Amino acid sequence: MATAKEYKEAFLSPLFATNPIALSVLGICSALAVTTKMDTALTMTIAVTSVLVCSNFAVSLIRNHIPSSIRMIVQMVIIAAMVMIVDLVLQAFAFKLSKSLSVFVSLIITNCIIMGRAEAFAMKNPPLLSIVDGLGNGFGYGLILMIVSFFREFFGSGTIFGFEVLKTVNNGGWYMPNGLMILAPSAFFIIGLIIWLFKTINPKLQEGEK
Amino acid sequence: MWNPIKFIFNKTKPWFSKGGKLEALYPLWEVFDTFFYTPEEVATGKCAVRDSIDFKRMMITVCIALIPCCFMACYNTGYQAYKTMSTTSVAQKIVDDKGVEKTVVAPLKSLPTDGLKNWRGWLMSCVKVGNFDLGAVPEKGTVSYFSHPIQFIVFGAMYFIPIYIVTFVVGILWEVVFAIFRKEIVNEGFFVTAMLFPLTLPATIPLWIVAVSISFGVVIGKEVFGGTGRNILNPALVARAFIFFAFAGTITGDSIWVPVDGTTMATPLAAATQQGMDGISAVAASQNLTDMQYWFDCFAGFIPGSMGETSTLCCLIGAAMLIFTGIGSWRVMLSMCVGTGALAVFTYFMYSIGYTTNPAWGIYPHWHFVMGGFALGCAFMATDPVTGALTRGGQYVYGFLIGALVIVVRAMNPAYPEGVMLAILFGNLCAPMIDYVFVQANIKRRALRNV
Repeated sequence: MATAKEYKEAFLSPLFATNPIALSVLGICSALAVTTKMDTALTMTIAVTSVLVCSNFAVSLIRNHIPSSIRMIVQMVIIAAMVMIVDLVLQAFAFKLSKSLSVFVSLIITNCIIMGRAEAFAMKNPPLLSIVDGLGNGFGYGLILMIVSFFREFFGSGTIFGFEVLKTVNNGGWYMPNGLMILAPSAFFIIGLIIWLFKTINPKLQEGEK
Repeated sequence: MWNPIKFIFNKTKPWFSKGGKLEALYPLWEVFDTFFYTPEEVATGKCAVRDSIDFKRMMITVCIALIPCCFMACYNTGYQAYKTMSTTSVAQKIVDDKGVEKTVVAPLKSLPTDGLKNWRGWLMSCVKVGNFDLGAVPEKGTVSYFSHPIQFIVFGAMYFIPIYIVTFVVGILWEVVFAIFRKEIVNEGFFVTAMLFPLTLPATIPLWIVAVSISFGVVIGKEVFGGTGRNILNPALVARAFIFFAFAGTITGDSIWVPVDGTTMATPLAAATQQGMDGISAVAASQNLTDMQYWFDCFAGFIPGSMGETSTLCCLIGAAMLIFTGIGSWRVMLSMCVGTGALAVFTYFMYSIGYTTNPAWGIYPHWHFVMGGFALGCAFMATDPVTGALTRGGQYVYGFLIGALVIVVRAMNPAYPEGVMLAILFGNLCAPMIDYVFVQANIKRRALRNV
């Protein structure tokens, strides 16, 4: 049985110390694509977290029965099934959001974080611990997504979750929106600055001179 | 003799040196100290002086080479404004006989004194010496190239200098912040950036955008890579690219080049990329000039555009100074001209044999050299020794690549009217790879020779 410390570690370390986006630089693709608005970023976070938790749990349950030679395919099947469920749920209950996320929900299948956690963690650890790890990584991913989307939506459109905070020039206000924030490269800049911040706060994360 | 400046520095030195109360702020103190005096530290042990030129001297030479461009930036900004004010009617607020304020469209009698421009018009109308009134707008038709030089320069300087000051103060602030945190001394690299950046901007740019963009240019374009000498991109161009993508409306379009409210005037390049030579002829005809006379206007810089980029002549003077002092690479400048020339001739050839869907292909090759930011980019941006290629062969390739890309973005791609900035940034990215190839080729060649 895993100890309480291990649970805590599995949940907390992916938030900062081993953050999937900031430190492993995984899942960047969706972090660029869905972060222009905070509501899409939040939906994406929830979708990825639920897929991650379910797939980690499922993979971990049958980890001792998966032949090593076909383990990738088995993981893939599980993940694909989970993603389809999430996609259908979104279409059924949040059609507008599902529309605005378009193809990126189905593309969760290719999100490296999910496959990576299944392979690196769930294959070696008991189911409960894997669930906690999935939650931790999902929140770590979501944390970065929310920070990035906050800056992009706030400076790019002057809104937060769609509510107008700064009245833009086009709507008769004073705020001139920053067009760069709407473009994908701005997410790169913001993620880069977040990585800089993480590594400055915690110098242990810095890679040594090569 | 008692020297107050020396006294201050001697008195304050212990505060800032090791163990002092303000030790962390040493870089700031060092800036002023080395500005006034030669540093006390001398080299101990063996040292070799290879060349009298050092970083400071190099930077100051570039700054001196930029002076003609800065002068022309002020002169032309004023010239364009006065020409517009004396020939066209603009919306203006006046107070009629009954004391009621109203807006009318009429030729201006004096400089605009309302809205954003009030302090400039007000300041200029304060200067009256005898019959000479600095604030008066000349009669219709009396403005020509050299008719009111003092007014032109003063009016233009009142646009250029605030932009320069904001650039300088904000940029230096970031430099000092990073120097303090990194425990390094502030270096002079920013002087050139601060001088180049305002030259690439239109006169009407809001000052807060200048501040935001130069912050982006200095921090993201330079400091994240480790400061001057380690940047892969030209910080002035990164800052300009930031405005280009973030606040496109303030740096592109027809209404921003002449600092008089409500005037729209296309740059020759914008006219050319939309309608080819017909566009240029139309602009020239509207000013009662032949095409060739207008070409000389473009060459001398009497056209609307970003402040410092209009005058090819001033850039040539600057380029000559850079080449003479050995600071700018003539290889880059030459090959960039060759690259632009070659592709311009190619597009013109294609146009003349029937590929006429894109009128920009039909621009005569010699026009490409005098329009837009080509001259400024070629003389001062592409030759930046930090971000450009350093191997001799590499410099030819690097320059040619940029020159060719200018035409690709400018003429072949209808989306962007100006390609110099993007071409140079792309060239900057490729420079390390180009150098790598040439260094490796050299190593291989020498290995073969010696075995």
